[in-house]
Amino acid sequence: MNIAQKSTFVLNQRHLLGIEGLSPAEILGLLDLAEEFVALNRQIEKKQSSLRGRTLINLFFEVSTRTQASFELAGKRLGADVMNMSVGSSSMRKGETLIDTAITLNAMRPDIIVVRHHASGAVELLARKVDCSVINAGDGSHEHPTQALLDALTIRRNKGRIERLTVAICGDILHSRVARSNIILLNALGARVRVVAPSTLLPVGIERFGVEVSRDMREGLHDADIVMMLRLQRERMNGSFVPSTQEYFHYFGLDQKKLAYAKPDALVMHPGPMNRGVEIDTAVADGAQSLIREQVEMGVAVRMAVLEALSRTLPNA
Amino acid sequence: MMVTERRPILLANGRILDPSRDLDIQGDLLLADGVVREAKRGIGAAGVPEGTEVIDCKGKVVAPGLIDMRAFVGEPGAEYRETIASASQAAAAGGVTTIVCQPDTSPVIDDPAIVDFVLRRARDTSIVHVQPMAALTKGLRGDEMAEIGLLKAAGAIAFTQGAKSVTNAQVMRRALTYARDFDALIVHHTEDPDIVGEGVMNEGEFAARLGLAGVPTAAETIMLERDMRLVALTESRYHAASLTCAEALEVLRRAKEQGLEVTASASINHLTLNEIDVGPYRTFLKLSPPLRAEDDRAALVAALASGLIDVVMSDHNPQDVEGKRLPFAEASAGAIGLETMLTAGLRLVHGAELPLMTLIKAMSSRPAEILGLTGGNLRQGSPADVIVVDLDSPWVLDPAELKSKCKNTPFDEARLQGRVVRTIVAGRTVYEYV
Repeated sequence: MNIAQKSTFVLNQRHLLGIEGLSPAEILGLLDLAEEFVALNRQIEKKQSSLRGRTLINLFFEVSTRTQASFELAGKRLGADVMNMSVGSSSMRKGETLIDTAITLNAMRPDIIVVRHHASGAVELLARKVDCSVINAGDGSHEHPTQALLDALTIRRNKGRIERLTVAICGDILHSRVARSNIILLNALGARVRVVAPSTLLPVGIERFGVEVSRDMREGLHDADIVMMLRLQRERMNGSFVPSTQEYFHYFGLDQKKLAYAKPDALVMHPGPMNRGVEIDTAVADGAQSLIREQVEMGVAVRMAVLEALSRTLPNA
Repeated sequence: MMVTERRPILLANGRILDPSRDLDIQGDLLLADGVVREAKRGIGAAGVPEGTEVIDCKGKVVAPGLIDMRAFVGEPGAEYRETIASASQAAAAGGVTTIVCQPDTSPVIDDPAIVDFVLRRARDTSIVHVQPMAALTKGLRGDEMAEIGLLKAAGAIAFTQGAKSVTNAQVMRRALTYARDFDALIVHHTEDPDIVGEGVMNEGEFAARLGLAGVPTAAETIMLERDMRLVALTESRYHAASLTCAEALEVLRRAKEQGLEVTASASINHLTLNEIDVGPYRTFLKLSPPLRAEDDRAALVAALASGLIDVVMSDHNPQDVEGKRLPFAEASAGAIGLETMLTAGLRLVHGAELPLMTLIKAMSSRPAEILGLTGGNLRQGSPADVIVVDLDSPWVLDPAELKSKCKNTPFDEARLQGRVVRTIVAGRTVYEYV
């Protein structure tokens, strides 16, 4: 049985390149639509046909397990034909430029391309060269809009709201596209956002993003409703940005003791993949306050909502 | 190529500007035998030699041809980006009558034979004067000094690392010390490469929002500060190739007050654009050093107005489409500028940020003094390198009309006001806007 869709929300733009530029109403529209897909995804019959005949290309220049799988499932559940392309097997390895790849794929007439790239701005560059819709699945340290949307959906389902919640985003803010998208989205929906990190992992100018900045977990987690941990890349652990994983975990790793600084009913999130014992302790990651597995579930629903909302403005829709 | 025969030329009824003596009069300028004959009120058609070409310059400015102290050309080795010939066409169209080209060619200009090659190519293919700078260190590697004496004798006008800095202070100290014996000028790009790291735009809020690694102004200030101590130690002549931030200007001011023989340039890009112009990852605005904050830009213009900044240069750096059509962090840095340097500078004049005389001076007589060139002024007997400028006519820059082989201009489709309408090199008209 199909759940009849109640939301008629349409995203009035061709691409989803970032949270920046989305209005609060558009964000809420996407979240409401995603709620319907959460229900659908919990049924035995998960398939819909709104994207039937459409071609979705997952173009990943950076390795990804969960985001790529999530988009693939989202596309398939909406009835699209999904093709996965990853850099290892693509002609980028043979020296083709990003723009040539875009032009080549464009000629195959896809309807939506989902792109992840290691360089900030690369998805926007690619979007300028194609006729179809482009969804940013993460560009460098810039944005990762569907992650911020799935985080917001997870928070709203567990706390009933986003407005006036205190959200502490902790860890490698400097290199994190997840942090940037989340800061913009949470601010747009009226949350109080804190970033907590050693100064070497905070971008210069972060205080102008409308966030409170803290270099200490006790201070930063005080009274927090949500503790959002970020992944620390392995190459940044040993002496370049922090002295060692041991020292980093000592000061910034989330364990039960540090989590106790937050509100008693605080919830823990992580975009994954986790470095257990580096930024998060296993007991916390798998504990009662963790929403990490639910985030993954919400990921599929949010991506279905984004695909659905964008596809309603595709030509011939 | 438009090179007319060399008849005497009378530029009549223009506003004559000679920044070398703060001359600003309505009058006539007579050019003959490749030199300036006289500049005064009312020479008139009667007072000129037979066969003189009389050009009415009513409503126009007549000024010395511009001397661009920093242009990257590409010949030898990267002729697909720019040849000496194409650069000279671009220069002529922008009112630049002398290009000072940079040594980061392939091979590097670190050998007297290559200086000679460049000068001969310029003689055979260029419609403006070309003065090569030579490498300060062999192969621009930054470890061993180049043959400063022989290179200067071959015609190198100054010594530089191009867009690189010498990180080894001992190498820099010895090069400065040795250069002093030949009265050679060292022109240095001041950017500590370790602090720059992976940085691709000015560090701050905008870089953070774009998710791009930042370059702090300290990268420039630290290198300049070090150089000032070395100049004080060695008592050599030094020119900072491209200053971009208020802190560096403070270092420069102290050095000048201390009496050091130090001068400095700012690029036209850093004087007229700021980091916000990068907008949505516009790679044509990716420069090295990067465009800075508006406060830094304003400080740079104020320093130019006060004479603290001596020279305005184009930082002409042709990059082809393949190098620019890439994600911002991966794109090559640099912008062309020979053709737009004066026009872009006029934005400052029209915006009442800078007097016209100051702008022209920083592009003509000041670089001439620093480099020891005879041009850059309209005195009697000086080379007949002259431009005629229409200060006011509005136009929109169409990249397709640019003479440069590469079209990576930050003023792509910009609205501009004022342009060069005639460029004369050694008494011959080499460019005319029609």
